[in-house]
Amino acid sequence: MTAHRSPAVALERIAKKFGHVVALRDASLAVAEGEFVCFLGPSGCGKTTLLRIIAGLERQNVGVVRMAGRDVSHLPPSERNYGIVFQSYALFPNLTVARNIAYGLEARRKSRHEIDGRVAELLDLVHLRAHTQRYPAQLSGGEQQRVALARALAPSPALLLLDEPLSALDARVRLALRQEIKALQRRLGITTIMVTHDQEESLTMADRIVVMNHGVIEQIGTPVDIYTEPRSRFVAGFVGHMNFLSVVADARPGWSRLGALALRHRAAPPVPAGTPVTLGIRPEEIIVGSGARDAENRIVGRVAGLQFLGAFTRLRLDLGDSAPPLECDLAMGALAEVGAKEGVELPLALRADALRVFRDPTPPAASDA
Amino acid sequence: MPAIGPVEAARIPTPVVRHRLDGERVLRGALLTGFALFLWLFVGYPLLQVLWRSLLDNEGQFIGVANYVRYVRTPAIAASITNSLWVSTAAMVLTVTLAFVYAYALTRTRMPWRGFFRVVAMLPIFAPSLVHGIAFVYVFGNNGILTRQTGLNVGIYGAKGIIFAETFYCFPHALLILVAALSAADARLYDAAAALGASRLRTFLTVTLPGVKYGLMSACFVVFTLVITDFGIPKVIGGKMSVMATEIYNQVIGQQNFTMGATVSVVLLIPAAIAFAVDRLVQRRQYSLVTSAAQPLAPGRSRLARALLFVYCATIAAAIVGVYGVIGVTSLVARWPYSFAFTLKHYRFDTIGGYTPLLNSLEVAALTAVAGTVLAFVGAYLVEKCRTIASGPLYVASILPVAIPGMVLGLAYIFTFNAPGSPLNRLYGTLALLVLSNLVHYFTVPFLTATTSLRQMDAEFESVGASMGVPFWKTFWRVTVPIALPSIVGIGMYFFLNAMVTLSAAVFLVAPGTELAAVAVLLMDDAGDTAQAAAMSVLIIGSGLLVRLGFWWLLRGITRRTQAWTATPSEG
Repeated sequence: MTAHRSPAVALERIAKKFGHVVALRDASLAVAEGEFVCFLGPSGCGKTTLLRIIAGLERQNVGVVRMAGRDVSHLPPSERNYGIVFQSYALFPNLTVARNIAYGLEARRKSRHEIDGRVAELLDLVHLRAHTQRYPAQLSGGEQQRVALARALAPSPALLLLDEPLSALDARVRLALRQEIKALQRRLGITTIMVTHDQEESLTMADRIVVMNHGVIEQIGTPVDIYTEPRSRFVAGFVGHMNFLSVVADARPGWSRLGALALRHRAAPPVPAGTPVTLGIRPEEIIVGSGARDAENRIVGRVAGLQFLGAFTRLRLDLGDSAPPLECDLAMGALAEVGAKEGVELPLALRADALRVFRDPTPPAASDA
Repeated sequence: MPAIGPVEAARIPTPVVRHRLDGERVLRGALLTGFALFLWLFVGYPLLQVLWRSLLDNEGQFIGVANYVRYVRTPAIAASITNSLWVSTAAMVLTVTLAFVYAYALTRTRMPWRGFFRVVAMLPIFAPSLVHGIAFVYVFGNNGILTRQTGLNVGIYGAKGIIFAETFYCFPHALLILVAALSAADARLYDAAAALGASRLRTFLTVTLPGVKYGLMSACFVVFTLVITDFGIPKVIGGKMSVMATEIYNQVIGQQNFTMGATVSVVLLIPAAIAFAVDRLVQRRQYSLVTSAAQPLAPGRSRLARALLFVYCATIAAAIVGVYGVIGVTSLVARWPYSFAFTLKHYRFDTIGGYTPLLNSLEVAALTAVAGTVLAFVGAYLVEKCRTIASGPLYVASILPVAIPGMVLGLAYIFTFNAPGSPLNRLYGTLALLVLSNLVHYFTVPFLTATTSLRQMDAEFESVGASMGVPFWKTFWRVTVPIALPSIVGIGMYFFLNAMVTLSAAVFLVAPGTELAAVAVLLMDDAGDTAQAAAMSVLIIGSGLLVRLGFWWLLRGITRRTQAWTATPSEG
């Protein structure tokens, strides 16, 4: 973020309710110019509402929306200078691809020549030059999506808003378009906010991710931050896989107890001994086999199940009576090396630097599959 | 994290941040206000007038429910309630039964001539209701051809005549609903019934009937409402039998007793309103019955059933064609049923001053079609796309008119637009008021058609437009209207055809110089100029059919032009 310039979009303490249902609480955020930000969360978390408030399509009960330093809270959508792509694309079915893209330009009293030039430019940008005179119904889903993108970009807005733009597409097209949208955004340097419920999508596309749950922003950070340093159990479980262990804090700072077993974990603010806390470790961070022999936080797990997932295999490991089973990912080679088979007992080590501490009093649900 | 509940919600202030007032919001507000004002002035206020007048005596003194007490205590007037109820019930049972079998034959068999039968069954839509009554009189009446030829007088005047004539008039309305209900069958249910060894009768009782349950109910309500609110048929064939619709007319026109007219009107509102309310509830359920996964049903193969049903349909179609044949022949012969010499003299309409009523009707119908289509579509757009606190009340006010019988509406307009000293008086006795009464009388169905069509569109068209600085009215004109064009054309046709055949509200509102064709049919029939009444009916039906053909041609053109953008998406 550049210090000397106002953020492209700044949200200050936005709150929104629908009747008695609170959709957003105290949402504050600054998006730097040229940044690609994802609002990520499960359905009903308020991410789309927040996007629509930025767009002026929904009106907040409390809070201020700024764009480039200017308070736009009171401006109707038409004066906010953004382009938007909806999940449904909302392409005008009775207009050709070219007329769809030209739609916003025609309102700006530009000459026919200028409009045609800009439309051609955008058609090149999204590789749809051949489809100029087609109607949306004659295009594939991916092509329609690109037309919607071109239409939103045509008037050269300062901000691009994407509301679940890829969720209506099949998996293969979705992967290709992720790359394409991201590349386009880089090239144009346009500030972009995308709403998605797909954590993989947000990890691969965003500069920063805003994780939301129940109308609250849980964490804002880069994809690496969010993945490696999740601030809450919700974030840890929603972005990637995480094993959770219910433990109690030990008297020694940095230690906790799982039954009789003492575990050293990452440094964390000290809590009184006996306080229930949750430890989290990702499946790929568990050391299996000979490497676990000399490591600390050693335990033994019995293989209860194997799930082949292509590049790696996910083991389900029973720790015994009290703890829930751990999930652990092993690459093909490592799998053969440790000789993992159902029923086999394997030495494990939970790396202390990978064991994150969550001060969450409620017992954890099974890690989000 | 603490749970979010009402306590949390209470901490957030209820008012939302206001957007600056711009031209678009002002225009939207102005249109909404205009629409609300229209509904108030032409629906709400006139209805309240009727209600209020039923509580006054003819000198304008407030007398509470005294009129109602007199209504039920005067046997001659009170009989109209029971007469109306039983005639409507009988016509309903007869019509729905006949139409159900007809619809079954059309949808569930491979019987030949199905297209022809379907078209013929729709014919009654093009004629004013009273034409069916008149045709019965020409055949079975005291001077009817059958009575003359055989000397057998079946006593058609009264309940018998009303019920049979109404059955013809209501047949297409019931048929449309039942054909739709029977078409939406799920073959998988029939396969399951067959696999479980159910007999044909059992399959019919456990699969077919439950599947069309709501359609049957809907047809019943529609027919019942049509009959109980109809004025034309009981007027021409009812003889001494008084029903509520004719009673209003007798009180107002015959005895100048406006308050009793208002009292009967209010009572007539009740069954119509109940039928309407129940029908709305039933229709809401209909949709969930057939899922998108349903498999189309292949028509049955029994040859005997097919033959029997063919004979059945042919009989009904012949009867319908017969009604129109009688009207047509009557208008073209010297003196039905005595002299069958061909003549065109009845088409001169010398007793009513020529073609003015027909031209008036065409003008009113055309204006109703144009103004009604704009009003219904824009109204539906405002209610559907400009969500405000007014949306709910406006929606209710927009679907209310269907529950107002034409006679009640006509009387309400007399009270509203013929009140001494009111600035609204200028409208009275003008074609404009006739157009307005048609607009309101037939508003609900077009409004609902437009609403359905708007709901099928992407909800974000306006948002996309707004994000690019395109005002909503431009998106409305360039996107919404073109997409909805087929519905819009259908709405125009609906308004036109109904305005051509309407009698009930108009009978109170025509003045010298603004007679309408359907009213002229009534007057000429009353005056004994039966041949001219028949001739006018032929012209009404003829122009209706022509316009229908024109609309069909227009729609075909639109479909061809829009084919490119309604194509199914290509794969890939």
